[in-house]
Amino acid sequence: MKKTIQKPVLAVGPFHPLQEEMEYFQLTVDGEIVTDIDVRISYNHRGIEGISETLQFDQVPYLVSRVCGICSASHPLAYINAVEEIAGITAPERAQYIRVIINELERVHSHLLWVGLGGHFIGYDTVFMWAWKYREPVLDLLEEITGNRNNYGNVRVGGCREDIPDEIIPKILKELDVVEKKTEMLTKAVLDDPVLHARLKGVGILSKEDAVKYAVTGPTARGSDVAIDVRADDPYAAYGDLDWKVISQPEGDVFAKAVVRLLETLESIKMVKEAVKKLPKGPIAIEVKEIPPGEGCGHAEAPRGETFHYVRSDGGNRPVRHKIRAPSYVNVPSFRASCIGEHIADVTLTLAAVDPCYSCTERLAVVDSHHNLVHDYNTLLQMSRDKTARIRKEIGAPELKMEDF
Amino acid sequence: MGAVFEGKGKEMSTSMTILFWILVVPGTIVLGLIASWIVRKVSALVQWRLGPPLMQPAYDVLKLMGKEILVPQEANRTVFLLAPLVGLVGVILLTVILCSVLLAQKTFVGDVIVAIYLMVLPSLALILGGSASASPHASIGTAREMKLVMGYELPLVLAFIVVLIKTGGQLSLDSISQQAPVFSISGMLAFLVALLCVQAKLGFVPFDIAEAETELGSGILMEYSGALLGLWKLMHAVMLVALPFFLVTLFLGGYTGNYLSGTGLIVAIVLLLIFVGGRLLAGRSKFMDVLALLSFIGVCILAGLGKYVLILVLLILIKNTNPRLRIDQAMKFFWGYCTIILFAAIILASLGCYYEISWL
Repeated sequence: MKKTIQKPVLAVGPFHPLQEEMEYFQLTVDGEIVTDIDVRISYNHRGIEGISETLQFDQVPYLVSRVCGICSASHPLAYINAVEEIAGITAPERAQYIRVIINELERVHSHLLWVGLGGHFIGYDTVFMWAWKYREPVLDLLEEITGNRNNYGNVRVGGCREDIPDEIIPKILKELDVVEKKTEMLTKAVLDDPVLHARLKGVGILSKEDAVKYAVTGPTARGSDVAIDVRADDPYAAYGDLDWKVISQPEGDVFAKAVVRLLETLESIKMVKEAVKKLPKGPIAIEVKEIPPGEGCGHAEAPRGETFHYVRSDGGNRPVRHKIRAPSYVNVPSFRASCIGEHIADVTLTLAAVDPCYSCTERLAVVDSHHNLVHDYNTLLQMSRDKTARIRKEIGAPELKMEDF
Repeated sequence: MGAVFEGKGKEMSTSMTILFWILVVPGTIVLGLIASWIVRKVSALVQWRLGPPLMQPAYDVLKLMGKEILVPQEANRTVFLLAPLVGLVGVILLTVILCSVLLAQKTFVGDVIVAIYLMVLPSLALILGGSASASPHASIGTAREMKLVMGYELPLVLAFIVVLIKTGGQLSLDSISQQAPVFSISGMLAFLVALLCVQAKLGFVPFDIAEAETELGSGILMEYSGALLGLWKLMHAVMLVALPFFLVTLFLGGYTGNYLSGTGLIVAIVLLLIFVGGRLLAGRSKFMDVLALLSFIGVCILAGLGKYVLILVLLILIKNTNPRLRIDQAMKFFWGYCTIILFAAIILASLGCYYEISWL
């Protein structure tokens, strides 16, 4: 048997206790040091953009809320922003506030979820369990408002489906006080623990230049001193009316990302409280008869960063093109900048620190390991165009010009 | 065996001796499984979870015993298959020696050296098994385990030297266990460092670096399955008995006799009844669950196992209030802080010995 000397490769994935989703990180290691990293995704492509083009405008929010189990308020909101831009309508003020409340509650529970998982990744299971325990009342509140712990399905074109009854407002405020107190305690515990400092500080640094170069978004960018936030830069819903500030940290390491998330949680709780107190009276939705032809872009700040939706309408009752770009799609490639040259223990932590969501990142790909064949999105697109051109030639259709694409 | 052991202190009757030799091995395994239940249960309570039932560790091992054993194609079969046996036998032998010292006062000169060597055996077996299993995850785990062993063996031996100085240089566990060096500054420092070394030997957080679930799968044990994995689990369970016993012998003055006579017996029976009742009702309330655990610990204390339970609880608390360290940080911790502390402790102990100040 012929043996060749190969560089040792450590496989994180496709199924690995680090993360619950399917992803594959191929770490080339030299002892404990990672010298190269390769990412392979697309284990579970669901074709959401394709399905979306078969659904009516009002059905799509239910679909896109299932792009990701955690960002199930931001994706529909970004889609609705796009559709409302096509139709040129604005939802009533009360609906805007309800959208803010649900989105910020989502951010609170998502960030607490990450803090818990972050604890688990470094073997600190007590933080894991406690953070998830504190997250539970937030999910209960969401259930009380929308009827679901996740996949709220509360936004629609022109407003919201479910109103927030006045009776539960005191309860929301009371529960949020408790969550705020617990989160403050958790924040203090993280900021003061010397062992956590030793483990998180200076780990997986993503410099400001790299953050800009890889165009990362959300807490990943804000942890690297790039203070971008769609809520502040291009306010949608009622974010413009509320008093809040963008949190950012200059260090760019895992600790900075954790601090950004924890402080954002507190900021979001403050925002929900303010929004609940300011909640204007009035209708929660307007009647929308039809969506005119045209195209619109909508974006929203999901807990992981900017989620972007492009919708094109031909005047019918369903979108003819719906394009989604979720935040993890730009955050995941930044691993090449932050992971190479680090210890294995730090790399797995850095991989988890951007809070990657692979269900958002899935793109169609063909991987045939027997023939060593990999077709990614771009190759497949090119193949499709080549085939179209070939068929057109065969049937004698006129040559396509570049403008037609 | 009788020829090896030189009876010191009070002699046991022949029937008691026979009973002791019959019960000691199954007894340690049962105690080990109970100890691993306590670890899981107390961790669960700290983390606001319910935790497993009492029999869960035994169920786990029994289930694994009936499962298929997969040996990787590239693995070195002999070493791969024998490593868990070596580890388990070593740690059981260690427990037997410690039990015979603690309970039967049977000892021989130099048994403490034997015990220290036997304590390395489980880690050595893990390294053998990991490196024989031909998996990149296991090999990185093995490298980490090796570094960790090198890291904590130095402070452990230094802590042992402190004990030797404090107890007058006697090399038998029995005479060491007559004294309690922990009631002095140097002894206390040595005890705390030795506790952390035991934490690392057990592979508990913050030193579960070789297994590191979220980094290496389960690292060193990656390729083990079925009965072999069951043996590793069993070895770990018995280590939960042996290593705290070792600390009790070295630092806390050994076994001081039980209180299971007269009133103590009645209290123990009442506590046991509460324990059984609590186990039966545990599904219904968390209060009964905690009560059962506390009464169980009460029985342990009455049976003279108080010091053991104390060490176990300390280990569990350290386990649940720390994140995992990186391997270089762990090495730095053991070779840096721990070693410096222990050199200071050795100087203190020597001064105390020279000027006859017992609290130094």
